[in-house]
Amino acid sequence: MQASPPATRQETVRFAFNSSLPIFFGYVILGTGYGLYMHNLGFGFWFPTIMAAVVYGGSVEFILASMLVQSFLPGNVVLITLVVGFRQFFYGLSMLKKYRGAGWRKFFLIYGLTDETFVVNYSLSIPKEYDRYSVYTLISLFDHSYWVLGAFLGGALGSLIGKEIPGMDFVMTALFIALAVDQFQKEKDHLSSTSGVIVTIACLLLFGKTYFLVATLLILVAEYAVIYWRQAKRGDQNDAD
Amino acid sequence: MTLTDQIICIALAALANFATRVTPFLLFRTEAATPDFVTGLGRFLPAAIMGMLVVYCYRNVNWLGGTHGLPEVIAGVVTVIVRLWKHSLFLTLIVGTLCYMLLINFIF
Repeated sequence: MQASPPATRQETVRFAFNSSLPIFFGYVILGTGYGLYMHNLGFGFWFPTIMAAVVYGGSVEFILASMLVQSFLPGNVVLITLVVGFRQFFYGLSMLKKYRGAGWRKFFLIYGLTDETFVVNYSLSIPKEYDRYSVYTLISLFDHSYWVLGAFLGGALGSLIGKEIPGMDFVMTALFIALAVDQFQKEKDHLSSTSGVIVTIACLLLFGKTYFLVATLLILVAEYAVIYWRQAKRGDQNDAD
Repeated sequence: MTLTDQIICIALAALANFATRVTPFLLFRTEAATPDFVTGLGRFLPAAIMGMLVVYCYRNVNWLGGTHGLPEVIAGVVTVIVRLWKHSLFLTLIVGTLCYMLLINFIF
């Protein structure tokens, strides 16, 4: 079989755009909800728009918005952002290999490492004819612009929209479910994915909504440490044989 | 809060949020500088994280009162079924979301 020629710039943009489309719906809907939330807190449309562009972290922005109308506690802002954003450290760890060699584009890849972009870029299989760094970067930038667009719409049209249609935000849950199903189907053993579900449920029950993701990730790292240690031990025994 | 205070808070949140994303890339710049444990962790975690994010989406469900999470669970199961049956991601998202909207707006 002959190798296909490298994709043109236009083809690459189209492939990235199509791959980012599920997030388009999710981010515009969620972003509108967020813009609306800030509108209802009394902010002008440029507040949610600029925050969406600069902070770019869904749940963090909701919390930050509520903190902006309280007394000035910059230490708390940093602390809460770090706690909520803690999980993103592990997205970076998981993308080290895929993003290595991206050069100047790495900044945008890292800046755009949200839950959704991580899951989509991680799951994506990119045909050989595309430059994968370009695809990852374009998806990250597309996603970022959807979020800003949503925040702008919610903030600007707040008084017109008034309230969202309840339930539309389920699109993001459906996206995570669909990609988790794919992951489950393609993996050889289900230890990691089942651990993820079980540990998260347990931590949510034990530690509550603020800290359960931090606790979950620490336990998952500990679980992998045990696996790693046992593998290493087995490896040593094999060497001795 | 004054406007200056708000700008400071937004800038701090942006920096702190970026810090959580950039730290691994700063710590493990090259393949040689990345311990085997970290590489392995990067392979082990994604599947778990996907499961974690699904549970995360259900964190605000009130299981004990209200509708007991029934619309969320039914729509979730429908989403899984559509994904397994027809592989199209769009169809999955549309059917799952419409199902949820119908359930909470008209049935529950």
